[in-house]
This record gives sequence, structure tokens and C-alpha cells, in this order.
Amino acid sequence: MILLRLAFRSLLSRYVTVGLTIFAVALSTALFLGVEKVRTGARASFADTISSTDLIMGARSGGVQLLLYSVFRIGNATNNVSWDTFQEIAARPEVAWAVPLSLGDSHRGFRVLGTTVDYFQRYKYRGGRALAFAEGSQFSDLYDTVLGADVAERLGYRLGDHIVVAHGLASFSEHADKPFTVVGVLEKTGTPVDRTVFVSLEAIEAIHVDWQGGAQRPGASASQQDVRAMDLTPTAITAALIGVKSRIQVFALQRAINEFAKEPLLAVLPGVALQELWEIVGVAETALIGVSAIVVVTALLGMATMIFSSLNERRREMAILRAVGASPLAVVGLLMLESVLITALAVVIGIGMLYAALWIARPLVDRAFGLYLPLTPPTAREACVLLAIVVLGAIVSLFPAARAYRLSLADGMTVRI
Amino acid sequence: MPTSADAVRLRQVAFAWAGKTTFRMAVEDFSVARGERVLLLGESGAGKSTLLSLICGIVIPRSGSIRVDGTELTALSGGARDRFRAERIGVIFQMFNLLPYATPLDNILLPLTFAPKRRAQLGDDPAKEALRLTTMLGLPEDLVSRAAASDLSVGQQQRVAAARALLGAPPIIVADEPTSSLDASAQEAFLEILFAQTAAAGVSLLMVSHDQRLAHRFDRQVELGSVATVTREQWA
Repeated sequence: MILLRLAFRSLLSRYVTVGLTIFAVALSTALFLGVEKVRTGARASFADTISSTDLIMGARSGGVQLLLYSVFRIGNATNNVSWDTFQEIAARPEVAWAVPLSLGDSHRGFRVLGTTVDYFQRYKYRGGRALAFAEGSQFSDLYDTVLGADVAERLGYRLGDHIVVAHGLASFSEHADKPFTVVGVLEKTGTPVDRTVFVSLEAIEAIHVDWQGGAQRPGASASQQDVRAMDLTPTAITAALIGVKSRIQVFALQRAINEFAKEPLLAVLPGVALQELWEIVGVAETALIGVSAIVVVTALLGMATMIFSSLNERRREMAILRAVGASPLAVVGLLMLESVLITALAVVIGIGMLYAALWIARPLVDRAFGLYLPLTPPTAREACVLLAIVVLGAIVSLFPAARAYRLSLADGMTVRI
Repeated sequence: MPTSADAVRLRQVAFAWAGKTTFRMAVEDFSVARGERVLLLGESGAGKSTLLSLICGIVIPRSGSIRVDGTELTALSGGARDRFRAERIGVIFQMFNLLPYATPLDNILLPLTFAPKRRAQLGDDPAKEALRLTTMLGLPEDLVSRAAASDLSVGQQQRVAAARALLGAPPIIVADEPTSSLDASAQEAFLEILFAQTAAAGVSLLMVSHDQRLAHRFDRQVELGSVATVTREQWA
């Protein structure tokens, strides 16, 4: 393959411009693939957040909003669901289990979730995986708390530590008089669970006993022990996760909840709500892909420019090739071979750069965004993208090649400059 | 057959090239016999490169006949003429004969890529024959197979170009002022070797030059002006 060797040595002889071009194309390839990896990683991680829950119930708002605050701990509920209503729904014959969720307080930036111990059995993620305790166990006392993996790690909490819950989400008013004891730390899940502080539903009630309208009633501090004696049945919850006995009853139950007469309620299927959410996020996703595709095209145009500008000084080469019997098409072929070599090399280097970057950034991204990016080999789709880049490189090189063809026809064996 | 006795024969050739000026060239009758060494004398602008391009099948005339090694070039397609050139004609230029980034050896073997028959004729190892030629031409083997062509002196480059033209003994070698970039002693040495090799293989040599001092070494010398009529028309 003397032509391949010639093309390779020709590139080697122009290593500065060719090297920069390869670097540009490699970088754009890495960017494009990286966006693709993050996108699929985010999607998978999103879809993995909740499973085995048939319905999410909350006060009437939007499906996406309900999903966001109940599962992703993003945003707030506009209204609560009364405890009586929750009891009534939970008692319906279709319902196998119902886990109440009460949100609204926080601990140093992490949200506090009031729930029952059922949560630790019923909440499933990543295709039905159950929560597990890294240390300790679920709460049994009123002032016990269980921490998500990130909370424990970031704040350095161990079993037996005492923590104070703040009222609201970004507030300085703390429930300082009622500290909690850490009794359990959950294993890392890669879901919002990692960033949650769990307490019992009664505890949420307990810390608010002497509060009114977002502040403690002056002089009405109820002591920790006094509170224990009170009736701590909650009056309202924020949302609930519901499982049905038979999957075919999901829609009937959903309708029943949505048409509940005493209170405006909303029930959504988590899968459907996730889908809706992706349709919203999908716009940004498409924009991101579009931008990175344009970056790839720009890099390839840069390559075409590089080849274009080298044509004039390479007319002698083309004349030599013509003299030894190369047809104008063979000259064009050699030019295209060069650009295919450039893009192929660039794509390989780009993949290397991407995996190196992923390898370095993975723990950081996981910690910062709870986004787990698996180091998997390129998928068939990504392989197609890579192939498309090489093909695009060949197509882009048609422009300088066409000029080379005309020059070569006009020059023949002698260069007229 | 009278035509097959000629390596090259042009008859009633009329060529025109339209650029900023229209260039016309007419060749009534010009031939090079097999094994003959012809020196074509002419100043630049006399139509040398056009004549060589016609003989090499790079361009075709509007009318007339060009037979090279018994083949009518005007009857061939562009691709077939390119292949024909690769198979049957060795070309040496005044300078810039070599791809600068490739080794001299790759440069010598380059025509074989486009000439399967010429390659087949050389057997399994064309590189061996190439090295034999370069050794005959006084080039060290290391230089030929390892260095980049751009590292060679002009004289060495010309000898590599000669080896490329001679490889596989094509019936015709066309040389366009191959010695004008060499000093007098190198010129003599270069021609000596070129003649020895062409004679050994029975190859016809058509060499263009403006240097009349070389004439005594050729079988025949021809004034380009007596063969080709060139006219230029400037656009008004």
C-alpha cells in the first residue's frame, strides 16, 4: 500500500498544521461523545431514581411538579394532603401499600423527609433495588434520624451524632430544642435519597408542635419530653408513594384519586411523569447535541481549510503524481485518503481523550451532581456517530479535492504559477 | 509496419489551449525511432512542455495523430492515457522530480502503483531492481531506502528521478532539461549513466534542452522551431 504510506508520510511532513487539525477534530469528537455519554447517563440515572412504585399521590398541581418534589426533592408542594384523606386512600382495596412523605424542613442544605419506616422497604431504585443500610438501622425512637450516603459523607456524621433540623429550606430558624440522633446511614444509591435526611412522620409533627406560621410561639417552648406525651398523629402530609395489589388496577386507582371529592388530589404514574419531564429537558438536550454537532462540523471545515491552503504549494506534488501515471482522480483520491486518515486518527484520539476525561471526572460528577457515568465501551449508536464523522470528513474534503482535480487537469505535468 | 518502427510519431497535430491568451501549436510530422536518442533544442516558450504533454498523453490535440509505442493516444480515454503513461513512459523533469516527504525508494516505485504490467514484469521484488538501478547510478543504498527525498542534493535527486524513469525499462523516456540544474561535471556524469542504461535496455530517449553543447552525444538533434509552429493570440 504505497499510496497509504505516501499519504501518511505527507501528513507527517506537515505535522504542525496536521497535528493541530487532528487535535481540533479529536476535541470536537470527544465533546460530541461526551455530551452523548452525559445525556444517556443522566437519562438512565433519572429513570433509575424510582421503580416499583405504581403511583405518586399529592395535592393537585402538575404531574412533573409532583414528581420533582416528591422524588427528586426539587421545588415545593403548593398544598398538602390531609392525613384523613391519605388514610382513606391507603385503605382502599386496590392499595397494597402506601408510604406518606412529609417535606418542608432541611438540614444544612439537605432536605428532611418525614416518612414511616415502610419507606426503607418500599422505595426501590435502579430496576427494583432496595435501600440498604451502610451502618446502623432504621429509626425507632421519635428523635432518631437516618441519613443518606451523601449527607453523612459531606457533613462527616457518624452514628450517635446529634443534628438539628432547620425550619424551611433556607432558613436560620432551627428546631434547636429538639436535636435528632443519627441511628442509621444508607448505602450510596446515586439517587436523591443520598441527599436526604430521614425522620419519622411523628418527628416532623413533634418539632412543629409549638410553632405557628413559620416561627416558634414565644414562650411556648414544649420540651422534648413533653412532646413525647402528646398525640403526634400528623394532620397533613406532602405526598405519598403507593403500590397496588395488581398492576391492572393502577388506572382505576389513579382515576379514583384524581376524582376524589373531598380534596383536590393528583396521582401520577412515575414512568409517565418521567417521560413528561424528559420532553421538557429534551429541548435542552437537543440544543446541546446540536451545538456539539456544529463544533464537529466546524472542526472538519477547519480541516478542509487546511487542505485548501496547502493545495497551491502542493501543485508540484500533483504534477509529479500525474507524470508517473496517476489520473486526476487518483490525485483526488490521495487527498481524500489524507483527510480520512486525519479524521480517523482524530476520532480514535477523541475517544481516548473522552475516556481519560470520564475516568478523571467520574467521581467528581458523581459527587457534585449524583450523576453516575458508567465507563462503558461505545454503543452501536456512538460507533455510528464516529463513523459518520469520518464519512463527513471525506465529504468535506470533496471541496478541496474538486479544486485539486481542476488544478491537476490544468497543470498536467508542468506547474503554471 | 512503418509505424511500429517508431517509438513516437506525431502527424498533422493541431493543438490549442485557451487561457488568458490562446495558445496554438501545429506539428506536421515528428518521430523518434525505437532505440533512438533525440535531442530537441528550443528556448522556453517554444512549446516544449506542450509537445511533451502531448507525447505523454496529458493533453490531446484537436486533430491529428499521436502514436506512441504503436498505440494511438488520441483514441484512448483520459484514464487509459494515464495508465499508458505509467506503463510505457518514463519522465524526468528539470527539477522537483520527487515527492519530498517520501523516501527515494518509494519515489522510484511510485509509477508501479499505476502500472500493473510494468510491476508484474519486475517480478516479486521491484525494490531490488530499483536498488540495482540506484547502485548503478552511484547512490548509496542507505540513502535510497531511508532518507527523505528532500534530504538529497539536486544531483542525487536527478539520479533518483532517472532510476524511476528507467525502472522496468519502459520503451520511451522523456526528459525535460534533466541536466540544467546540475553543474558541468555532474551533467556529464548524469548523461553518461542515462545513456548507458537506456542503451542497455534499448530504450528511446527524447530529451529537451536549450544547451547545444550536449548535441554531439545524441543520435540526432532537432530544432523545435522546425517541428512545431506556435502562435499566440492575445485577447483584444
